[in-house]
Amino acid sequence: MTRNTMIDGWYPVSLASQLDAHGRRTALMGEPIAVRRGEDGNAKVTGGNGRDLPTCIRYGHVWSSLGDPQKPLFAIPEADQPGRRLVDVGVVRVRCSPLRAVENFLDIAHFPFVHTDILGAEPHTEVQNYKVEIREDEDEVWATQVKFYQPQAAKSAEGGITTEYMYRVPAPTCSILYKTCPPRPGEWDVITLFVQPLAEDLCDVWPWMALFDDETPMTDLIHFQQTIFVQDRSILENQIPGLLPLDPGMEIPTRADLTSVAYRRWLKRHGYTYGAQLVAQ
Amino acid sequence: MKLYDYVLSPSCYKARLMAALAGVKLDIRPVDFHPGAEHRGPELMALNPAGSIPILEDGDLVLTESSAMLVYLAAKAAPQWLGNDTAGEAARVQQWLSFSHRLTASLGAARLHEMLLRPGNIDVLQGQGTTALRELEAGLVEQHIRGQRFLASDRPSVADIACFPYVALAPDGGVSLDPYPAIRLWSRAIRGLDGFIEMPGIHRLHELRPEPVPGEA
Repeated sequence: MTRNTMIDGWYPVSLASQLDAHGRRTALMGEPIAVRRGEDGNAKVTGGNGRDLPTCIRYGHVWSSLGDPQKPLFAIPEADQPGRRLVDVGVVRVRCSPLRAVENFLDIAHFPFVHTDILGAEPHTEVQNYKVEIREDEDEVWATQVKFYQPQAAKSAEGGITTEYMYRVPAPTCSILYKTCPPRPGEWDVITLFVQPLAEDLCDVWPWMALFDDETPMTDLIHFQQTIFVQDRSILENQIPGLLPLDPGMEIPTRADLTSVAYRRWLKRHGYTYGAQLVAQ
Repeated sequence: MKLYDYVLSPSCYKARLMAALAGVKLDIRPVDFHPGAEHRGPELMALNPAGSIPILEDGDLVLTESSAMLVYLAAKAAPQWLGNDTAGEAARVQQWLSFSHRLTASLGAARLHEMLLRPGNIDVLQGQGTTALRELEAGLVEQHIRGQRFLASDRPSVADIACFPYVALAPDGGVSLDPYPAIRLWSRAIRGLDGFIEMPGIHRLHELRPEPVPGEA
């Protein structure tokens, strides 16, 4: 049994805005943890045996790790641009592999069928060619030049537009989506999926957004993203096999699945296998 | 007519669905139920001391019970949905309207626990939900034997709309609908109604193509 290399990663464990002295009991990869605000006002996270775990507060969330993080949490430079609205979407629990939750977020082909009349609509089902790479310097998976026809791409979008996307995977259970920003051409809206692995087949998902949108009320922004994510939830809970297969013999990908293929390859290369199935069964 | 609404709430969806089926336009006021707990804040607590949503406002009338909203929407715009042609039908409507609270308290609470981390004894909630689903299944089978597709008669009523959302979303709370063929047929009949609208977790019916017939090209 090799060491779980995901132990040293950072994971979201709470909304920063909901941190209080009473705290929240939760888990990371099977280990019970407690998250609360300490006497000094900072976030305090303790592991199953009472030891203090590393913490940081970033992108609206408290982050922690069971191991010894070798790097600070990944950067999202756009999130610090002035003028953006930062949206705490709130937690949704899903009975699925944390890696499955990320993989679904990277998929575009399901939009017309699962997010009908919002992120996609028949007959506009074609996924045009796009570029995928594992960027060696940053050690991240990137998909760029992704284009898709959408009836209502964002709360701020009026009518159908062809939306351009970039996807980025900077950590095994986190993904960032950059999306055409209707009110501000040239900038990208930032939509993230931060996944807290509770067990190999159970996760808490914390979507978060940094948008240029001065018009839409905050509650509408939250509800738009919750709608999208809960449409995915029942699909995620019914995927077979439950664990994400990393063995290429298990599934036959199509060209639209290039991002998923790169993500799985990257996971396998790093031994990021918590929530994965290594050998076809 | 103003509805204080949360997009993921099956009770709010009852009012939205009934309004859509009756052709009533609602003025939607989104409430930050999760993560903001706005329904427990002073503005909404003043309107509804129970601290629940939906809340429906129409002039002086303030309704906080979803079954009352269904009756109000139907009485105003689509009285055939009240289902009171006969004494038996009217009684069945009332029976299932009351029954629908058991679905909320069991399947609804299981869903909140499993999805939004609300407290509760999940085994008990799922067990109570299963008991309620079996009762509904038996009721629908009896209706089929009478030649009726819906809960109170052969046409849909407010009782069907009161029961449908929490039943359709039972899998969100870890309760499968696989053992209940009559419930699945009924759910299909409701989703096939003119004017039906979906909510997250309840998908629309995809267009049905005729089954291929063996031997025909």
